[in-house]
Amino acid sequence: MMLAGPAALATVGVVASKSAVRSALCLVFNFFILAFLYFSLSMEMIGITQIMVYAGAIMVLFMFVIMLLNPKLIDEKKDYKLPIGLLFGLALFMLLGSQILPKLMTANVPAMEYEVGSPKLVGEALFTTYVFPFEVVSLLLLVGVVGSVFLAKRRTP
Amino acid sequence: MNGVPLAAYIGLSMFMFTTGVVGVVIRRNPIVIFMCIELMLNAVNLAFLSFARYRYAADGVSVNLAMNGPMMVIFVMAVAAAEVAVGLGIIMAIYRLKEEVDVDEINLIKG
Repeated sequence: MMLAGPAALATVGVVASKSAVRSALCLVFNFFILAFLYFSLSMEMIGITQIMVYAGAIMVLFMFVIMLLNPKLIDEKKDYKLPIGLLFGLALFMLLGSQILPKLMTANVPAMEYEVGSPKLVGEALFTTYVFPFEVVSLLLLVGVVGSVFLAKRRTP
Repeated sequence: MNGVPLAAYIGLSMFMFTTGVVGVVIRRNPIVIFMCIELMLNAVNLAFLSFARYRYAADGVSVNLAMNGPMMVIFVMAVAAAEVAVGLGIIMAIYRLKEEVDVDEINLIKG
């Protein structure tokens, strides 16, 4: 509960801040708070993976591209997109909330349990039940690596 | 034993997802749009994990069934990593081609 407020604030910061660097920093903050929320759900393995993959690898990639491109501040013109987007978002939130939240009001997540997110169980499930999706994901990552290298190396005429 | 209501986790997840959608709609910087997509993926991860946790603890499903949520989160993370690598590569390529990164002004496919 204490973490949800800063997380929501950082989420708004990602969207609302003018410069890309600032929204990237808000995003890092948000990812860390999400990792803490995962810890509170006793999903330790996923929380640590969240910190390493998102806050480590992906955000470094973002920062690297921001540094390379150094995009001048795109002047966010005030036009029809802003009110329409906000209205659309509000409508979506209302719709989802009215459908989902009343059902869940009485359901509590028990405070301290254990075992379900431990590395042992995650590894066992990953290498027995989910071994085929695991291999497919490794293939996907290989394709992603090759594709990004191809995109980065191509010389424009 | 009383804990945090499930609605709190799901509410935060919904809020993050909606904010990500709004960001994708209203922003023009493609890097920020990518960040908003990451935000949406993370919102879905949070919903997956809280539901998995709740089903395990309250409904008493078996551990094997409760691992479905965390497994899906791991796969979402892998797909997000690949997507970010390829997407940022595309942004770099477009920037080298056009010296411009405003998504409303890019119309390469028109030829």
